[in-house]
Amino acid sequence: MGVWLFDGGSAIMIRTRILPILTVVAAIIAVWYAFAVILNAPFERNAAERAGETIGFAEILPKTMSQQRPVLPAPHQVAVEIWETTVEKNITSKRSLIYHAWVTLSATLLGFMMGTALGILLAVGIVHSRVLDKSMMPWIITSQTIPILALAPMIIVVFNSVGVTGLLPKALISTYLSFFPVAVGMVKGLRSPETMHMDLMHTYSANRAQTFWKLRWPSSVPFLFTSMKIGIAASLVGAIVGELPTGAVAGLGARLLAGSYYGQTVQIWSALIVAAVLAGLLVGLIGWIGGWLNRRMGVREARA
Amino acid sequence: MLSPSPQSETVISADSLDLVFETNDGPVHALSDISLDIEKGEFVSLIGPSGCGKTTLLRVIADLEHPTGGTITVNGLTPHEARLKRAYGYVFQAAALFPWRSIADNVGLPLEVMGLDRAERDRRVSENLELVDLAGFEKKFPWQLSGGMQQRASIARALAVQPDMLLMDEPFGALDEIVRDHLNVQLLKLWAATHKTIVFVTHSIPEAVYLSTKIVVMSPRPGRIHEVIDCDLGDERPLEVRETPQFLKIAHQVREGLAAGHAYE
Repeated sequence: MGVWLFDGGSAIMIRTRILPILTVVAAIIAVWYAFAVILNAPFERNAAERAGETIGFAEILPKTMSQQRPVLPAPHQVAVEIWETTVEKNITSKRSLIYHAWVTLSATLLGFMMGTALGILLAVGIVHSRVLDKSMMPWIITSQTIPILALAPMIIVVFNSVGVTGLLPKALISTYLSFFPVAVGMVKGLRSPETMHMDLMHTYSANRAQTFWKLRWPSSVPFLFTSMKIGIAASLVGAIVGELPTGAVAGLGARLLAGSYYGQTVQIWSALIVAAVLAGLLVGLIGWIGGWLNRRMGVREARA
Repeated sequence: MLSPSPQSETVISADSLDLVFETNDGPVHALSDISLDIEKGEFVSLIGPSGCGKTTLLRVIADLEHPTGGTITVNGLTPHEARLKRAYGYVFQAAALFPWRSIADNVGLPLEVMGLDRAERDRRVSENLELVDLAGFEKKFPWQLSGGMQQRASIARALAVQPDMLLMDEPFGALDEIVRDHLNVQLLKLWAATHKTIVFVTHSIPEAVYLSTKIVVMSPRPGRIHEVIDCDLGDERPLEVRETPQFLKIAHQVREGLAAGHAYE
C-alpha cells in the first residue's frame, strides 16, 4: 500500500484524494468550534450573572473552550484528552483508551469472524436449497428489524445467567449485526456467475461442489469484501452497544457510559472519536485486503 | 482415426424434435419437427435468422435444453448420457473465460473437473494452446488478450477434453471480419488435423459455406429445418475459394433458402 506514495502519481494522489479529505476535515473542525462556542456560552453568561458581573464576548470566547464539563468540548480539548489517555498512559491502565479500545476490538473481531462465517454459511445454504431460500430469507430480514438496543441487554442477561460472561456475549451481539450484510451480499455474490459460465460448468458435468469452488466462490469474492466492510462497522457498533446496558467496566462502550454518568463530555467525545477512527481503520483494512486479493486473482484493476 | 470407421457413422441423430418454451407471453415454439443426421467427421453449419432455433438445437445436443417431443441420440446415447461421458466440447458466443484464472488455468479447468492429475493437465494444456497458436500466453490473464485470442483460448479449452465432437455457438460472431477470416482458416486446419465432428452455429453465409460440408438452413416461428445443402469445396480451402463460381453458387443457394424460409410478416 505504501508503494503508490512514492510513484509518479503521488502528486495526483495528493490533489485528487488527500486534499478533498483535508478540506472536509478542516470544515468539520471549524463548524465544531463554532458550535462549541455557541453551546458553551450560556454557561459562562449564567456564571457571570450569578457573580453579578457582565461579561463580553471577547472574554466568553476563550472560556467556552476550556470548560471542565462543556456541553460540547472543543476539538483541541478532545485531542488533548485522547493524547493523554493513549500516548501518556500505560496501555494496561484502566485509564488508557487503547486498553478500552482493545477490549471492544477483541469482541468486535470475534463477533465479526463468527458473523462472517454464519453469513457465508447461510448464503451457501440459501443458494443451494430452494427450501432454505424460501424459509430463511424472511427470518434473516426480520432479525434485523428488531432494535439491537432492546435485544442486547437480554442476550447479555441470558448468557450471564448460564455463567457465560465477558467477551462472548458481546461478540454475539456483533455477530447478530454483522452476519446480515454478509449473508445478503454473499447470496448475491454466489448467484453472480453469468449463465454462460454456469452452462460451461454444466457441459463439463461438474458437480455442485466443483461448481461452487471453481465458479461461485471466486465470483463472490468482491461481494464478500464489500459486505464485510459493512459487517465490520456493524460489529463495532454491536460490541459498543453490548457494553452499554450491562455496566461493563471496560471497553469503549463502558467509557461512553461512565462519561455520561459523571458528565465527562470530553471523555465521551474522546471515546466516540476513537471508536470512529477504529471503525475507519477496520473498514480500510478490509478494503485493502479485498483489493490485494483481487489483484492476486489477476482481475484487472479498475483505474479511475 | 482410432479404428477404420465405416464410410458413414451417424453420431447425432434427431428425429421429429420439438421444443416448446413456456413463457409469460405464452408458449414459444423454438423447435418444430427437427429431423437431422450428422455423420462422424462432418462439419455441419446451422444457419438462419435469429429465432430460428439454431442455438436451441445446439443446446439440445449439448443437454443444456430438453426437447418436449421427439428423440435425439448423441453417439447412440441420450444427450444426458453423452454429456456425462464428455462426448463434446462446447464453445460459446463469448469466450467465457474465468477472469481470475490465467489462460493455462482456464484451459485446464475442464481437466480439473475431470480429476486429471497435474502432469496430464499440464501436458494437454500446452498441447492445445500450441494447437490454437497461443503458446507463450499461459501465464496471461484473459483481459490481457484480444477478443480473437480469448476465443482461441476457449477453443483450446473445449479441445482439452479431447472430445470427438465440437459444438460451436457463433464462436466468432463478436469478432471483426479480419479476425474472423483468420480464425476460420485456423478452424479448418484444426478440423482437417483432428477429424472431429463439428456442429457450428452461424448467421454468416460466407462463413457457413467456407467451413462446412453440410449447411442446415433453418427458419423461424416455429424453428424448423428449411433445407439441407451439401457443400463440398474440397479439402484445400484457401480464403480465395470464396471467389470461385462453385462457392458463389452454394452461397446463392443458401441465400435463396434463407429468403424462402424467412417469411417477413
